[in-house]
Amino acid sequence: MRIELQPRLDPPRWLGLAAPVAAFALALLVGGVLVAALGRSPLDAFRVYFVDPLTQDWSLAALAVKASPLVMIAVGLCFCFRANLWNIGAEGQFVVGGACGGALALATHGVDHMGPLGGAWILPALLALGAIGGALYALIPALLRVALGVNEILSSLMLVYVAGLGLDYLVRGPWRDPAGFNFPVSVNFDPEATLPNLVDGLSLHAGVLITLAVVVLAALVFSRTLFGYEIRCVGAAPRAARFSGFSERRLTLLVFALSGGLAGLAGAIEVAGPIGQLQPSISPGYGFTAIIVAYLGRLQPVGVLVAGLVLALTYVGGEGAQIALKLPLDVTKAFQGVLLVCVLGADVATRYQVRIIGRVMA
Amino acid sequence: MSLDLVQLVLVTVVTAATPLFLAALGELVAERSGVLNLGVEGMMVMGAACAFAAAYLTGSTLVGALAGVAVGALMALLFGLLTVVFAVSQVAAGLALTIFGLGLSGLVGSGFVGLKREAAPHLFIPGLTDLPLVGHLVFGEDAFVYAAILLAFAVSRVLRRTRAGLVLRAVGDNHASAHALGVPVLRVRLLAVLFGGACAGLGGAYLSLSYTPFWAPEMTAGRGWIALALVVFASWRPWRALAGAILFGGATVLQLQAQASGLGLPGQLMSSVPYLVTLLALVVLSLRRGSGSVAPAMLGTAFVPDR
Repeated sequence: MRIELQPRLDPPRWLGLAAPVAAFALALLVGGVLVAALGRSPLDAFRVYFVDPLTQDWSLAALAVKASPLVMIAVGLCFCFRANLWNIGAEGQFVVGGACGGALALATHGVDHMGPLGGAWILPALLALGAIGGALYALIPALLRVALGVNEILSSLMLVYVAGLGLDYLVRGPWRDPAGFNFPVSVNFDPEATLPNLVDGLSLHAGVLITLAVVVLAALVFSRTLFGYEIRCVGAAPRAARFSGFSERRLTLLVFALSGGLAGLAGAIEVAGPIGQLQPSISPGYGFTAIIVAYLGRLQPVGVLVAGLVLALTYVGGEGAQIALKLPLDVTKAFQGVLLVCVLGADVATRYQVRIIGRVMA
Repeated sequence: MSLDLVQLVLVTVVTAATPLFLAALGELVAERSGVLNLGVEGMMVMGAACAFAAAYLTGSTLVGALAGVAVGALMALLFGLLTVVFAVSQVAAGLALTIFGLGLSGLVGSGFVGLKREAAPHLFIPGLTDLPLVGHLVFGEDAFVYAAILLAFAVSRVLRRTRAGLVLRAVGDNHASAHALGVPVLRVRLLAVLFGGACAGLGGAYLSLSYTPFWAPEMTAGRGWIALALVVFASWRPWRALAGAILFGGATVLQLQAQASGLGLPGQLMSSVPYLVTLLALVVLSLRRGSGSVAPAMLGTAFVPDR
């Protein structure tokens, strides 16, 4: 028996939609087996993970808040992945963005905001600093690749660890709150450096709107601009792109700066929003989960929005399952991994016609 | 510094280098066949978790090591199915394997956090092991270290001197030609990937059975990624991978020593040394390599036979 793949020249549209749905269903099945193996009821787990979070105001708000950084980072990753460039270091760019934005919040902490400029400039400047920090950090592997041919996968990944350790040092050292009872956290940010809530009493913050705007903008860039076309060309047919005069180097730097900038912006939003201070760790692996989001969303901004909500559901549901079913949080991570495996597997069906050929032929 | 202290440091370097070397050696074989498996970290961490669990339950280090090997190979089989048979993007599938492995290893190991075992026994030959400077270094390592060296001999010999090695390299350098000559490209790649997974699992087992004889979530701490960098560093040659592993292991030990001696540098800076060394190694390597790449030509590209 062997398996034969025949490339589909013109995959039908419905397959593009059906594949991620089928992948999700398959992942649910595997996840259910996993939960059963741990001695819990898969049905209960399904309810806690995927139904309960959708039934209450506060959990819906939590969902949006969790999805926001995932979607923002994943939209950035779409730019890279579509151009066949592998920025795996979004986690580090997220951390650097959070630290850069947080630095401004700490610098302006406790000073008089009644000066000529007032305090209104702080929040936009904080977000801008986060984006710039993330972009600059992402440009390190991009420049190394363009100038020296260094593999961007490994270099961007090594920088994740360096960024995490750097933030850990800052928060435990120079940035520690002196009045914080020796807890390794910074002071709480001033209201001027904190994102306002959209609805009273809910955790829903203004950063969610920024994410939505980013999704719309990115969708327009991909579908309506020459830049979006250029990315697709370089990704799909690098030689053809070179002949038509697109510069691969310029594009590499651009997409890395973009994806790093968005990751950094997400980091700044996270510290100025839900967290409200700096901690030794500011991300539960958003940068890595965003890779799954990008793929599940088929590298399209709108798809990414949907996929981000799905993955956020696993985070919010995971917290619920920890309390209600005493399931370890690693179930969430394992499920996310299974989901990515299934998404990639399902993609085969859209790109190829898979035939299983028996011995009859021989 | 006394001779004993020098020896102690050297033995520690070997201990730190062994898991890196084992994982790198396996990945080197996989990459020589043209498959880039970014799931090394995931296979390693699963190997560490399952090896500790199996060894703790059975009380046997050997069973633990075998469990690590088996789990690594099993995960590699999943990866091989996706990338070799179904031609899925190797980069994406490798990342999936790592994310999956980090999560699942947490589940497998959740009942074993905080438990301890005796470290794998070290060889002791009266007389020889007592020799100053080289005694413990040459005659007093644990079985994993000797196994790693033997494996290096075997891999190096097979790659350079046997028909199987020739076929493997041919598949990695030009899969279409190899296919035309009747080489079963997919089968060769699958086997190479399986070998890589087994080695990564063994490297992980070394971490939880010998390096630090306990299980802690995400205890691989990026070693799988460093092993991947090592393969590049070694220009896909086994003995250079060994030299690189000793260099990178040395960086890890240096960091621990500097922290213990209280140099006054922040611990986090020292902890980032192995990652920075890796980055630096990648840069130096690209400078030296110039324009011509020594990587297997088909590295990272899937092969879809047309009938």
